[in-house]
Amino acid sequence: MIFVVSFLVVLMLVGAVAASIFRDLISAVIAAALVSLVASILFYFLQAPDVAMAEAAIGAALTAAIFIIAIRRTKRYEE
Amino acid sequence: MMSFLADYIYYIGAFGLILIGLYIILVKHNLIKVIVGLGILDTGVNLFLISVGYITKGTAPIFSKPGIDSEHMIDPVPQALVLTAIVIGVAVLALALSLAIRLYQHYGTLNLRKIREQRW
Amino acid sequence: MRRIVSILLLIIVALGISLSLAKIPFGAPKTKVGKHYINEGVKETGATNIVTSVVVSYRGFDTLGEVTVLFIAAIGIGAVLSTGRKKAMRETTPASLVLYTGCRLLFPLILIFGTYIFIHGHLTPGGGFQGGAIIASGFLLIYLGCQERRISRVASNMAESLGGLTFVVIGLLGLAFGGYFLLNFLPKGIANALFSAGIIPIIYIAIGFKVGSELTSIIDNLIEES
Repeated sequence: MIFVVSFLVVLMLVGAVAASIFRDLISAVIAAALVSLVASILFYFLQAPDVAMAEAAIGAALTAAIFIIAIRRTKRYEE
Repeated sequence: MMSFLADYIYYIGAFGLILIGLYIILVKHNLIKVIVGLGILDTGVNLFLISVGYITKGTAPIFSKPGIDSEHMIDPVPQALVLTAIVIGVAVLALALSLAIRLYQHYGTLNLRKIREQRW
Repeated sequence: MRRIVSILLLIIVALGISLSLAKIPFGAPKTKVGKHYINEGVKETGATNIVTSVVVSYRGFDTLGEVTVLFIAAIGIGAVLSTGRKKAMRETTPASLVLYTGCRLLFPLILIFGTYIFIHGHLTPGGGFQGGAIIASGFLLIYLGCQERRISRVASNMAESLGGLTFVVIGLLGLAFGGYFLLNFLPKGIANALFSAGIIPIIYIAIGFKVGSELTSIIDNLIEES
């Protein structure tokens, strides 16, 4: 059990570091959505099903969608 | 070492996310990357709040059957507060992105150093 | 120079947070208010989902504040991005037949799922905010897959305003009937039945409509180009 949680936390931190390193902004947004998704799974392990559902629906899906719509109206690559 | 890890792994995760989010906001100079960092900081703080309210070997606070044992249920108040915080986080992100779109239409670039040079 | 100052600031913040995190024990019961809500929650409000009864009944005023913040954000986005000229979508190639039919087939299923989640908010994990977000994802699918269909502005504005108005009116009715704002004045019913827990299902239905139409209008404002 502890190994599953440790693996998920390491995955989350690697995703956050990747979101800061990537130069293509759409890849950075997808890494941030991965952080949100793993956080939603950790919320489920901490016995909070309402919060897990809210984070999965709002953080992983809608945030990534509005980021990609905003990037489409501006530039894609970071200078 | 293993008992230290078992006790504090969730705190380490939340702490790492807060630090990485703060680093992105302070150092990067593309506006959309700063807003991504704001979102990561938000997720880290919410994870920290939920992990404070956890009780060892507890269950979720829902009485699904009439005679369920309520001795080991965890605290419901942090979950209610984090529910509010998640929705307000997405509202702030959407408003920040609409301001970034406006800035791009006005200055032609999203690089914060070039915008600062152009203003003078 | 700027990098050195920010790394120094990060080290100071990291020291401060880790020193205070080491003092919080993980997994020990910490407050007594939570125990009171768990023991007396079903008797006082009638809802079996304790988190719902905390969000709507015990701390209902915070939920009113959150609904106001979401409303102000939606109005702000509409005001910042409008230029007064005629709006048109960007020229795109129309989607293939499989995508178009698939989106039209999935859309009512997603709407039914979201409605189910916010109607049963007081019995199972879920509630108004989660159901509203799922409904907004259904509308996002229509925007992405079937680009000739548009959501009518008038209907979504009306749904949003009616949702917010219902919440405030029910609170004021509580003030009229009893002593305070958001008093639970309808009968509480049997626990675990659908029509129980007084005003909690009605408030969650109003919040579900409001959040769903608000997130849809945010996406609508961001997609259109002037």
